[in-house]
Amino acid sequence: MSGDLKIKVRGLCKSFGRKVVLNDLDLDVPKGQSLVVIGGSGSGKSVLIKCIIGLMKPEKGSIEIDGQEVLGMSAAEREEVMRKFGMLFQGGALFDSLPVWENVAFGLIAGRGAKRREAKEIALRKLGAVGLSPEVGELYPAELSGGMQKRVSLARAIAAEPEIIFFDEPTTGLDPIMSQVINELIKKCVDDLGATALSITHDMHSLRVIADRAAMIYDGRIIWNGDAGEIDHSGNPYVEQFVQGRSEGPIKMPVRHL
Amino acid sequence: MPLLQPLGRTFLGGLEAIGRVALFTLRAVLMAVQPPYYPRLILKQMIEIGYYSLPVVGMTAIFTGMVLALQTYTGFSRFNAETAIPNVVVISITRELGPVLAGLMVAGRIGAAMAAELGTMRVTEQIDALTTLSTNPFKYLIAPRLIAGLTMLPVLVAVADVIGIFGGYLVSIYKLGFNPGTYLANTVEFVEFLDIFSGLVKAGVFGFIISLMGCYHGFSSRGGAQGVGKATTNAVVTASILILISNYIVTELFFSR
Ligand SMILES: Nc1ncnc2c1ncn2[C@@H]1O[C@H](COP(=O)(O)OP(=O)(O)OP(=O)(O)O)[C@@H](O)[C@H]1O
Ligand SMILES: [Mg+2]
Repeated sequence: MSGDLKIKVRGLCKSFGRKVVLNDLDLDVPKGQSLVVIGGSGSGKSVLIKCIIGLMKPEKGSIEIDGQEVLGMSAAEREEVMRKFGMLFQGGALFDSLPVWENVAFGLIAGRGAKRREAKEIALRKLGAVGLSPEVGELYPAELSGGMQKRVSLARAIAAEPEIIFFDEPTTGLDPIMSQVINELIKKCVDDLGATALSITHDMHSLRVIADRAAMIYDGRIIWNGDAGEIDHSGNPYVEQFVQGRSEGPIKMPVRHL
Repeated sequence: MPLLQPLGRTFLGGLEAIGRVALFTLRAVLMAVQPPYYPRLILKQMIEIGYYSLPVVGMTAIFTGMVLALQTYTGFSRFNAETAIPNVVVISITRELGPVLAGLMVAGRIGAAMAAELGTMRVTEQIDALTTLSTNPFKYLIAPRLIAGLTMLPVLVAVADVIGIFGGYLVSIYKLGFNPGTYLANTVEFVEFLDIFSGLVKAGVFGFIISLMGCYHGFSSRGGAQGVGKATTNAVVTASILILISNYIVTELFFSR
């Protein structure tokens, strides 16, 4: 079984000062599957992804990619592993000094050494796949709406056809129709390219479309995981409260009444 | 005891900051000399630093040269030593005022811009995004800026030298009644290779410092717009102070014997 795991996380701990965000967290992502992580705002979902990618250093634990321990790797080895990754950042993180098409083509040119002209062609095709016309390719990120920026970052994340793709809230800020298009696109990436996906979402509909498996993070750990189909009758009170969006339940939101 | 505590903490904090900057510098230089190189970005930064700073550096230089001639005249005429004006102007400009004033002006212009740009990239996760796209931010963002600073500041200062000397010349000829031929002859005869060379070496050092501080503070900025603002201020202030300190050190190395 462990041979088929693309990502294997064990005992991951990460805190910021006194604040413990991840506390002895375990997570498995099987090869070629799409795992969706849910959890309340501020529960450490983005931090988890950043630790796996190597943008943040956890204090403790182990992270294996393709059976290879990545914590404590040399910078050069790390760069090699990084080539397998594509990432859609929650905030988009588009390069605002470059036009849209160069943003999308960036990984092809910088990472794979593709020629600018070929890379541009691929970039425009990827933009088409997220519903953006070639004219948009000549604009700068600041000239786009929030939803358009999100789609551009999605195109950038998948442009180099990475083995493992991380989507941090891919559909937040999109209209329902475009959300569905993006959901299907993510599904397609996993099904057609055989990519492994680790996504974060608050959108239950999106989860039902893109997820093979689901996991819930609470209090720094994964408190439940299982097949995506089981999420509606997980038998776990935390998951049930989250899925049904109730304000009463074991998860207490630290808000006071007016 | 409670009085000493904050003092010690500040001192340790200062040491820690020096260590961080030193590590950052080491890493930046190591990365800058390794491929891949980004000639396009280097060129872009060179134009940004070299070409677009010309107006502000030129203005600074010409008025500095002019006021230098005027002040030297009012001072030296008391000893009937007015003939020394071309010498004073050329030495002051090439050795000190050219590089230092150009350095400080560029620190305000370029150091601030770099810190703001990189700081914004940091807080909007663009630097993280670079990493995920198999691009080393040190090579892609910092190396071009260091190289451009190191090479373009000497060019700017060479231009500032010429313009500054010309400013002194204008005042001496049209206001103080010097003979143009004699003035120029005095200037050229008096100036030595080392005067100009030391000034250009200083310029290289200052250019490196400006880029380094802009990049360091931009890169390590935290916490949104406020953090970027703080990084910008810090970049300009530390670059200016380091310019003045290193100016003394380089002068000492060249001229104290
Ligand atoms: N760079 C940082 N420095 C300090 N604290 C941080 C940092 N990044 C995240 N945190 C803290 O870690 C916690 C988890 O943050 P994270 O961004 O992972 O939340 P999230 O689960 O992605 O939430 P959301 O759904 O709102 O995006 C938060 O409480 C946040 O305050
Ligand atoms: Mg998040």
